[in-house]
Amino acid sequence: MSDSNKNHQSLDPEVAAKLESQSAELAESVQAGDYARAMTLINELSDTRDQSLYREVGRLTRSLHEAIRNFQIDPRNAEQKEALSKMSDASDRLEYVVQMTGQAANRTMDLVEVSMPMAHAIRDEARALSAEWARLRRREMAPAEFRELYGRIDRFFSSLSTEADTIYSNLSEILLAQDFQDLTGQVIQKVTNLVKEVEEHLLSLVVMASHVDQLTGTVHQIEDKQVSAEEGVGPQMNAEERDDVVSGQDDVDDLLSSLGF
Amino acid sequence: MKILIVDDFSTMRRIIKNLLRDLGFTNTDEADDGNSALPMLKSGKYDFLVTDWNMPGMSGFDLLKAVRADENLKNLPVLMVTAEAKRDQIVAAAQAGVNGYVVKPFTAAVLKEKIEKIFERIQ
Repeated sequence: MSDSNKNHQSLDPEVAAKLESQSAELAESVQAGDYARAMTLINELSDTRDQSLYREVGRLTRSLHEAIRNFQIDPRNAEQKEALSKMSDASDRLEYVVQMTGQAANRTMDLVEVSMPMAHAIRDEARALSAEWARLRRREMAPAEFRELYGRIDRFFSSLSTEADTIYSNLSEILLAQDFQDLTGQVIQKVTNLVKEVEEHLLSLVVMASHVDQLTGTVHQIEDKQVSAEEGVGPQMNAEERDDVVSGQDDVDDLLSSLGF
Repeated sequence: MKILIVDDFSTMRRIIKNLLRDLGFTNTDEADDGNSALPMLKSGKYDFLVTDWNMPGMSGFDLLKAVRADENLKNLPVLMVTAEAKRDQIVAAAQAGVNGYVVKPFTAAVLKEKIEKIFERIQ
């Protein structure tokens, strides 16, 4: 801590005063040629430094303990154990979100897959009937064919009303299947709050660690981690505001065509 | 026309399967990552591959590279349907030999357009 003004600021005032008086006395002794006294003073200075260092380390250790306790990663009592289980609880909750959204998606697709062929069948029968109907209007239909058409139209009307009911009830079930949004929304908000809380505690740990580094003069070599483009990173947030991310299919197409695609 | 759909989420596989069926492609199989897809591709005589990028196990990008490196599969048309939206990634996929790239969320019309474009180029 000899070369940093920042450390001087955090130095105990008592220690600072002691250092000041000892160094003044040291300068005097050297000028007066009293080297024996100067050597004793240098030793005392060194002791003062050591004592201040111990005191600082002690203070930091206490703060660190405090921070760790707040961070709830040291379950020594029931309360802390419960706090720790918040973490596994959070992952359980997120798992629940995945399950709920998966269920809703599958339920919706089940109903869609049932309704689609019905819509197709209605369309096909309506087209066929309409062609027959046109033949009738052009008077191209034999009486026997007409009797057949007569029955077919009857059956079509009755099936049309049943199938419209089924499609309607499928649509309203699809509507209900979206209720997961309310539940998952609440769960995600809770987990978001927990993440924020943990982030704050982590931040205070980082600040603490940087104090220790300052005090001991430790310099870390932090390498920039390059993320390879080949690694999947998932959906991008705020794509519109970023240059390194496409904001939609049009962007992708432009980029690919600029590459000669 | 036999198509393999690779995505780790079954709901997404189901959506793609439904959209492909609407386009007239009814012969589809599914795999949940590159590791399970690659042996299927090697033995299954597929004509088309639709794959996600980000999957546990073997990613879609690694699957694409494995397909291009395989003598029997190197000409297989590959459409990537993915949430990966970084320009670097799209360039990397193009360089690795992808035939089409669709970003999620996508529409039925986009999927149709890209698939048709790929087949146009092949024919």
